[in-house]
Amino acid sequence: MSLDKATVAKIAHLARIRVPEEELEHLAGELSQILGFIEQLNEVDTDNVPPLASTAAQKLRRRPDVVTDGGYADAVLQNGPETAEGYFVVPKVVE
Amino acid sequence: MTELTHLTMADALKGLADKSFTAVELTAAHIAAVEKIRPLNAFITETPEQALDMAKASDARRAKGEAGPMDGLPIAVKDLFCTKGVATTAASHILDGFVPPYESTVTANLWRDGAVMLGKVNLDEFAMGSSNTTSYHGDVVNPWTPGTPETWTRKLVPGGSSGGSAAAVAARAALGATGTDTGGSIRQPAAFCGITGIKPTYGRCSRWGIIAYASSLDQAGPMARTVRDCAIMLRSMAGFDPKDSTSVDIPVPDFEKALTGDIRGLRVGIPKEYRVPGMSAEIEAMWEKGIEWLKAAGAVPVDISLPHTKYALPTYYIVAPAECSSNLARYDGVRFGLRVDGGSLNELYENTRGAGFGKEVRRRILIGTYVLSAGYYDAYYVKAQKVRTRIKGDFDAAFQSCDVILTPTAPSGAFAIGENSDDPVQMYLNDVFTVTVNLAGLPGMSLPAGLGADGLPLGLQLIGKPFDEETLFRVGGVIEDAAQFTAKPGFTA
Repeated sequence: MSLDKATVAKIAHLARIRVPEEELEHLAGELSQILGFIEQLNEVDTDNVPPLASTAAQKLRRRPDVVTDGGYADAVLQNGPETAEGYFVVPKVVE
Repeated sequence: MTELTHLTMADALKGLADKSFTAVELTAAHIAAVEKIRPLNAFITETPEQALDMAKASDARRAKGEAGPMDGLPIAVKDLFCTKGVATTAASHILDGFVPPYESTVTANLWRDGAVMLGKVNLDEFAMGSSNTTSYHGDVVNPWTPGTPETWTRKLVPGGSSGGSAAAVAARAALGATGTDTGGSIRQPAAFCGITGIKPTYGRCSRWGIIAYASSLDQAGPMARTVRDCAIMLRSMAGFDPKDSTSVDIPVPDFEKALTGDIRGLRVGIPKEYRVPGMSAEIEAMWEKGIEWLKAAGAVPVDISLPHTKYALPTYYIVAPAECSSNLARYDGVRFGLRVDGGSLNELYENTRGAGFGKEVRRRILIGTYVLSAGYYDAYYVKAQKVRTRIKGDFDAAFQSCDVILTPTAPSGAFAIGENSDDPVQMYLNDVFTVTVNLAGLPGMSLPAGLGADGLPLGLQLIGKPFDEETLFRVGGVIEDAAQFTAKPGFTA
């Protein structure tokens, strides 16, 4: 699979990463090379093989649905680039 | 004071116990060593005041007879572990200014047992790399680079991603260091720097508070100069943690007790698929030597087959980028780290992430986004997960006929900074022998076995059954005794 510039620009937008126009061509080449490398997986017969998402115990632990932690609004906000009155501040989203 | 920095952890603990020196003296010697190895660029943040405070507290505990299993031992922490009140960067521009308000479980366990923090060490950005050349905070130099800092012309890489950890320990600036391993990031740098490191079984160490790369593969482990020191350190790092849903609730053994030297009758699997094309003759010879050492100690080599080995790297380069594209979505310029403003929220995201991520991280996020996108999810991501089942199945079958597996750690020794950098796939091949272990969730140890013709260390890898780190320590101890690896890097503190 070979990716073109337009596809790379689309993926970059999906990933919310600004990629300068002049880098798209080179990046398309690199990503195509990596995809070419991973396509050898098609040689492997995986009919009736279940996918493995994790080697951890498949059954997750359960716990009572109660509040176990919290109450540190200041600690949560302390690394925010811009905060005000207990909130993170972002550009206006709703007109 | 130089000799204090050349001690093993085990000997340092004896010296502290019999009052040959204090934790403050041991720590002061290491703080001086950390300053002396600055040309290696191993540390991102040095914390000498905190180290001395921790050492004083350690001496006070020891005086009261309350010393813990690692009390007074100065170590370095990979800058991927969140440390309360100490900047944590993941070697990325995007975490500029981030100071965690909490401590990772693994580092909290180490401080509980008395260890002393010298500082935070360099790594590949977000642990993505095999050479420690993707760090926003600069390349790390391997202390085995021939010559002195003034005469270095061809600087060698320490391996990666835990390159700062390996360089600091090899250069005698820390008795040990924490590492993390997603595809070989503890074992390959350990091999390149002539030290020992173990990636435990997935679930053995809590991932809570470790900046995530690929959550189904990430695992923390110790890097130190001997097998015994790794055993001491892993015992402190490991343990059940309800805050990590994949942490396993089983007791942590006293790994040192496994160092019996007795491997009589143990079946050691030798996988034929690890004789890859292009592997150097000296790596092959070292592997043979390792087999001979184990035979001489009474173990029985067994030929095994891991038929899907060649598919491990391509599987990894789908699974890991997919998970990283999800994990790294949190770096959005809103809650922590770098922010580059834009006219809209989307522009703010795009500007921040465009400026904040380095090229390798960007490549992996984009690959991950692509393989998870509509129309490609089944062809790439689900396919890779199915091949992962096959890879794990290879190991399950192999362990029917053997107790432990012996392989080389990496297909070569350390290479120069800049080599392999034009071709991402070529760089990925460094992890061909280690990445299988992460995909199968198994424990793996690398230890130095000898020097290559160019005078650089080469490592052997042991792979064990799930939660059987004890066998790795037992066999590792035998290899260590046989190898008698006493060579030191040209540049030490």
